Amino acid sequence: MKKINTPLDLNKIKFLKAGEELLLSGTIYTARDQAHKRLAEAIKKGRCLPLELKNTVIYYCGPTQRPKGKVIGSCGPTTSSRMDTFTNLLLAKGLRGMIGKGNRSEEVRNGIRKYKGIYFITYAGCGALLNKYVKSVKEVAYGDLGPEAILKLEVENFPLIVAIDVNGGNVYGED
Amino acid sequence: MRRISALKIKEAAAALAGRANFFLRRDVLTALRKAYVAEKNKRAKKILKAILDNAAIARKEKLAICQDTGMPVVFTQIGQGVIISGDLKAAINKGIEEGYKKFCLRNSIVSNPLSRGRSGFSPCVIHTDIVKGNKIKLTLLPKGFGCENKSQLKMFKPTASIEEIKKFIVEAVKDAGPDACPPYVVGVGIGATADYAGVMAKKALLREISGRSSQLEKDLLRQINKTRIGPMGLGGVHTALAVHVQTHPTHIAGLPVSVNISCHALRSASVVL
Repeated sequence: MKKINTPLDLNKIKFLKAGEELLLSGTIYTARDQAHKRLAEAIKKGRCLPLELKNTVIYYCGPTQRPKGKVIGSCGPTTSSRMDTFTNLLLAKGLRGMIGKGNRSEEVRNGIRKYKGIYFITYAGCGALLNKYVKSVKEVAYGDLGPEAILKLEVENFPLIVAIDVNGGNVYGED
Repeated sequence: MRRISALKIKEAAAALAGRANFFLRRDVLTALRKAYVAEKNKRAKKILKAILDNAAIARKEKLAICQDTGMPVVFTQIGQGVIISGDLKAAINKGIEEGYKKFCLRNSIVSNPLSRGRSGFSPCVIHTDIVKGNKIKLTLLPKGFGCENKSQLKMFKPTASIEEIKKFIVEAVKDAGPDACPPYVVGVGIGATADYAGVMAKKALLREISGRSSQLEKDLLRQINKTRIGPMGLGGVHTALAVHVQTHPTHIAGLPVSVNISCHALRSASVVL
């Protein structure tokens, strides 16, 4: 199976097609609803962000508490469409990849094409299985948000399916 | 009269938190295994295998089946012959909180739906039924919100046809599409009032998945699986594992229908005290 590493510059992803499976290694950042709201506010107000978005991958995930002896808890993807209203703002700032579950709005599909982003999905409802692909975790920002804090994850061979490719090809088909 | 202490209820609730979130229900596992064997679509089969592997890892390593350990919904059946010494609701909430903490589950509950604020482990949603006997039955359904967000209610006219009702239920599943972790178990409440139809739809998820289905349930399952949404929404014949319908007498002027979808990680656990 194809393997790719972060950071995701355009050359690494431009030939990937919707439906293709691959394994991702490197750094990804968790961010979900409230973190997106804060990032979007910061962008709108021109404030600096707690993470560099250029060529970065964001994982829509809020893990469980970390059990003793484990790197992280259960850590599967959450529904991506809830992040849709904020996504294009982040793409415009250089965000390259997103990992989640489910389809995206037309607005985001257009944004992905415009900014040459890529949207991946991973095994949904399989947080215990995905646990073993995470090698280390560090909190980066918004610790007060608890499970919605931004975490920096080092992952190895994290299983992905390309859902929407740089050209807007969509694994779920068109509406 | 039989006396049951709040402390005992608290401890039982705490234990349920671990059981429900680590051990996938046997009937759900059986339905997933059957789906895995029957599925012809290669990718759907691979996803079903991952779902089964996930359940095995969760069980073995005491990791939550899903990181969304849900809004804890607790159904209590309290025998009329029971005297509870202490505060029932406080005991359930405290027990769930302690269990969720102890088993490293997720603090997904914000105290105010509007101002949100810091998230914690409780309170739960508690439904209480007073029944005959001198026992207490507690059932925990950790309801993930990926699928809870796809719930629907429609107040039909009493003259609506069964086909219109079926269409609404199938459309609710289509609206959920790939987002809410299919293959689903679809709970449906028909009758009573708007609020109680919702409770019935959720209670329907507690029913054991078995071959014993009504004609309506069989028809709905067939129609839902014809959508070919499939596991993760990537195709296949298993969009739903089961459809469970609960009905209740209703008013001459109405016909409430509520749909409550569960993801494939349909978790619940019960204890009788």
